Amino acid sequence: MRTLRILLEKEFRQIFRNPAILRLIFMMPSIQLIVLPLAADYEVKNIKIAVVDQDHSSYSRQLVNKISASKYFDLASYTSSYNEALEEVEKDRADVVLQIPANFEKDIVRHDESNLFMALNAINGVKANLGGVYLRSIINDFNNEIRLDWIQMPRFNPQPMIQVSSINWFNPMLNYQYFMVPGILVILVTMVGSFLSALNIVREKEVGTIEQINVTPIRKHQFILGKLIPFWVLGIVVLTIGMILARLFYGIVPDGSLLTIYLFAVIYLLSVLGLGLLISTYTETQQQAMLISFFMMMIFILLGGLYTSIDSMPAWAQTFTKFNPVSYFIEVMRMVVLKGSTLYDIRYHLLIVAAFGVFLNTWAVINYRKRT
Amino acid sequence: MKEGTSISVSKLTKRFGHFTAVDAISFDVKEGEIFGFLGANGAGKTTAMRMLCGLSMPTSGEATVAGYDLYKQSEKIKKSIGYMSQKFSLYEDLTIKENNRFYGGIYGLSDKQINEKTEFMLHHLHLEDQANTLVKELPLGWKQKLSFSVSMIHDPKIVFLDEPTGGVDPLTRREFWTMIYEAAHRGTTVFVTTHYMDEAEYCDRVSIMVDGKIEALDTPSALTRQFKVQGMADVFVQLARKAKRSDN
Repeated sequence: MRTLRILLEKEFRQIFRNPAILRLIFMMPSIQLIVLPLAADYEVKNIKIAVVDQDHSSYSRQLVNKISASKYFDLASYTSSYNEALEEVEKDRADVVLQIPANFEKDIVRHDESNLFMALNAINGVKANLGGVYLRSIINDFNNEIRLDWIQMPRFNPQPMIQVSSINWFNPMLNYQYFMVPGILVILVTMVGSFLSALNIVREKEVGTIEQINVTPIRKHQFILGKLIPFWVLGIVVLTIGMILARLFYGIVPDGSLLTIYLFAVIYLLSVLGLGLLISTYTETQQQAMLISFFMMMIFILLGGLYTSIDSMPAWAQTFTKFNPVSYFIEVMRMVVLKGSTLYDIRYHLLIVAAFGVFLNTWAVINYRKRT
Repeated sequence: MKEGTSISVSKLTKRFGHFTAVDAISFDVKEGEIFGFLGANGAGKTTAMRMLCGLSMPTSGEATVAGYDLYKQSEKIKKSIGYMSQKFSLYEDLTIKENNRFYGGIYGLSDKQINEKTEFMLHHLHLEDQANTLVKELPLGWKQKLSFSVSMIHDPKIVFLDEPTGGVDPLTRREFWTMIYEAAHRGTTVFVTTHYMDEAEYCDRVSIMVDGKIEALDTPSALTRQFKVQGMADVFVQLARKAKRSDN
């Protein structure tokens, strides 16, 4: 116990003497939580639309007005030549082309039907996809309006019609930030924990102090614990700063208990730190450790369900996420913050992440050799 | 192992792949002796020393250090030895006091012992004013003396010094050797590597390694007589010239 205390004293002294680490701990959560959710947004706005109006009727103008009035579209050009509009797309001045053919109005009035043509710039797939959906729904709306305008609606619809009304549980306003902020918080805790722990032992290797440690009768698990606990504490500090910022800036107050979040975070950090320590036992320089942990974090984060839904990943990727501690914490965080899940609800997540922790740390202790 | 023997090595070998860094060396070091371990760069000195300190696993051969078996009792060995590596290995971002506390602590010294040791050390090195100075702010000569003192903090039976005076000015080297003599006088066995031949003359006995093998081992005066030369420098040059492998 005394050895451990001595080790911890030394680690904490070094951490508090290192301005870079302290800055990292306070700046990273602040910047990531304040800036990222505001800028990185799923909603697609400001879609530039080029309208090719070959009808020039009152209906076509009404439709164009309706589109440019919506907050999703900016009218980039208004011409009567399809080629001109396409040129706009080629020059990246327009994302969507809507062609209103000649006789648009006449066809609606005479034949009760008319066609529109839509061309999407699919270089940015998300934008094209969502832009298409928005445009369709605006046109639908427009369609309903004109029907109401000049058809005397019968009391009963001649054709059966299904009306859908929906409610969004757990995030009623579909607030995008409620969804993103807990996830970003997880990423923060993960990055701080894994990078710092990966770099730490390697730094002792680089400086040469590890030799001096290895020649002492210190026990391997004491040494690893001495490295683990300080970053455990730092991880929890980062989480706390993040929770405070989330409350101040986004008004996010977890529906579930803070205790559940912290308990899970403690277990989760064990696995992340274990990974970092494992990396540092395999590498010789801080550069190697940094590159490897960066590579792993990239994959863990991209396949962690923060930006893209795990359910829509291919089967192999879904299998991979089962071994990705990050995805468990993101899920738990969202469950507890938005749904108010309890410890009982997340018991399997907790067990699995605990198993990762034990596995990775045992591996790190075994792989850390005092004698080579 | 004979009474009064501190280190006993028999056919100790270390291979890295096809390269034999240390080739079946055998020797004994007596208790309280200053044992000089010489050799050109790449001769295998550091590798041999690292094996004896329990940092490197021998490929074959036997050795006992401070009466303990190198394979089975390496953790017991570690309690009885001090080691000062070629690389400076105190924590630069800790103060002298904090370094003492750390190393003393992991060797299991009590707070009281650590404080006594630290005070004695600071007084002895005339560093009383620098107790709370970060180690990185000290000049190299002081750092080396400090390093040596820290490696002795737990009063080890044997201390291994790997080129402790490399890059140090002549005055500090002399002071350093005074410290070595004092340690030996208190009964500590000193196992030291060096490239300075005047230092080799200070040793009780000297071994010279060439290409992983020990080519000569005796007192400095016996060696100069045996090779019919003036001093240890000539002995060294004669032997090292035979070396086939160069640095790295």
